[in-house]
Amino acid sequence: MNRIDQRFSQLKAAARTGLIPFVTAGDPDPATMVPLLHALVTAGADLIELGMPFSDPMADGPVIQRANERALARKIGLTQVLDMVRAFRNEDARTPVVLMGYLNPIEIRGVEHFIDEAAAAGVDGILLVDCPLDDATLCAQMQARDLHLIRLLAPTSTTTRAHDLAARAAGFLYFVSITGVTGAARADAAAIASQVLSLRRHAQLPVAVGFGVKDAAGALAIADFADAVVIGSALVERLQGGGDAADVCARARDFLAPIRAALDARKAA
Amino acid sequence: MKPQRKSEPEIDFNAYPDAAGRFGDYGGVYVAETLIAPLAELSATYLKLRDDPAFQAELAHDLKHYVGRPSPIYHAERLSREVGGARILLKREDLNHTGAHKINNTVGQAMVAKHMGKTRIIAETGAGQHGVASATVAARLGLECVVYMGETDIARQAINVFRMKLLGATVVPVSSGSKTLKDALNEALRDWVTNVRDTFYIIGTVAGPHPYPMMVRDFNAVVGREARAQMLDEYGRLPDVLTACVGGGSNAIGLFHAFLNDRDVRIVGAEAAGEGLATGHHAASLAAGRPGVLHGNRTYVLCDDDGQITETHSISAGLDYPGVGPEHAFLKDAGRAEYVGVTDVEAMHAFHLLARSEGILAALESAHAVAQAIKLARELPRDALVLCNLSGRGDKDVHTIAQREGIAL
Repeated sequence: MNRIDQRFSQLKAAARTGLIPFVTAGDPDPATMVPLLHALVTAGADLIELGMPFSDPMADGPVIQRANERALARKIGLTQVLDMVRAFRNEDARTPVVLMGYLNPIEIRGVEHFIDEAAAAGVDGILLVDCPLDDATLCAQMQARDLHLIRLLAPTSTTTRAHDLAARAAGFLYFVSITGVTGAARADAAAIASQVLSLRRHAQLPVAVGFGVKDAAGALAIADFADAVVIGSALVERLQGGGDAADVCARARDFLAPIRAALDARKAA
Repeated sequence: MKPQRKSEPEIDFNAYPDAAGRFGDYGGVYVAETLIAPLAELSATYLKLRDDPAFQAELAHDLKHYVGRPSPIYHAERLSREVGGARILLKREDLNHTGAHKINNTVGQAMVAKHMGKTRIIAETGAGQHGVASATVAARLGLECVVYMGETDIARQAINVFRMKLLGATVVPVSSGSKTLKDALNEALRDWVTNVRDTFYIIGTVAGPHPYPMMVRDFNAVVGREARAQMLDEYGRLPDVLTACVGGGSNAIGLFHAFLNDRDVRIVGAEAAGEGLATGHHAASLAAGRPGVLHGNRTYVLCDDDGQITETHSISAGLDYPGVGPEHAFLKDAGRAEYVGVTDVEAMHAFHLLARSEGILAALESAHAVAQAIKLARELPRDALVLCNLSGRGDKDVHTIAQREGIAL
């Protein structure tokens, strides 16, 4: 059974809201990356979303753009991303890892080859911003390796489209809370609540909400109607500037732990 | 032209793209989910307008009275004589309002924007010609206009930046990545994702997600339709070869499209070979790139083995782009068009030769096409006809040229 499914059923059983931090692989520093991933788990991450650096991240705001640029300047490509996952897996066999990125690096490496490598490294899901719904080959190959292709939904998605996506999705659905790029405006929980609730009823898959969630208050507002909350830019911003492993990990924990505590203090949706 | 083997079924090039926006293996819709529904809406609206006689009549009226179409075909006699080969004919898109072919597309897209009730126009620009053409149509329709432009391009195209401002547009400098056209496109896409409900994105080339490669081609295809009729009318036959510069490829597909099913007409696209294809400092996606996914479509891209898009180089800002329109990728693979590199040095030489022999200052982009026309003319007999798209005028480039040649203005 895929770790993502296991994790979401545990969350459901415990009536907890999932917390999904996002970090860009190799940022702030490749050397502190694996300790950072473990620190995220210690601070309460239920699932880790790991960004695969790309030169042209067209759905990302300035914070994650810069993180991509820093990682690329340190020569972090797919090989290094998979190395990080493998190293993380050596000590953590339970926390699901979802890779997030864009299609071109995977296309150039070879889709089939990459899926095999990712599965072998201990990846559980892949989220591709610019991957169209109709890429049947990719879906079939991922299914064969028990990898989940995580689908994004947006406030502009039509009901028909949402149902199509839900029908083909696995693991969880990622609802983009705003029309915008990552880390932009603050998510307006009230505006999307009904869309997310109707999606959860229809899809019978957990729904995570991300983009524009910056702190405990934002996470709590989302937790009223979602299964999990994704926090990316605000965390990446906190980590930029780097430092030694202890320092980077402490900053990650200081940021994430209060959000975890706030989510645990409320009754899950 | 190679004889077509009878056993091979002939491709009808007018049948592309298919309903999913694909040109064979290329094109499609590779964008963030937020843009899927707006793009579907745009496709539906555009397809309806394309078949609407009232829309087409309004467009034809504007192209005639505002843009100044038809543009003439000019026989560059002194240039041809100096080159010593085939006759070189120039399709004078430089004579359009705003000085380039770009206005054909922006006039059309602005009409689509108006039909969709959008109040705000955004655009990306490299050389600034598309930015100027977008600011122009926005001014005419009273729409707000924001143009994204890389910092590098702002520095080398100062005149066009000022023109855009005079037309009431806001020019937003883009400082990410290579600070050129591709980054301006990224930033425009980010704006569109954010403001998609009231904003119309006028993409300036035949790239981007479907329906843009089709829509931009359709609006520029007036160039080839006109040229084909003018050739038959004025020369009694079709040209032997067509050539045009290819960055994103909008002026090239504009000229080529009406001739694609004329199998006897050879088609050659001139990409920016910069300092030479072997140096790696170029922008020749078709001649030296590989299939990948960039800016919403599958096409040939310039990238490294990790799939990271590489920085490009060309003396001409309008060709400085690491992707290319998916229809060109399709034409290359189908063997219908050839794509070759023209270096900065060759383009500069052609620029000067055209200026001195014909009294025409070509845009540096178009100078690549002229350079290719010169090469082709040399190889062909005197009675052959080479039709070259002179896609824009060179006033915007005089500072770049002066600087390159060490002249203080």
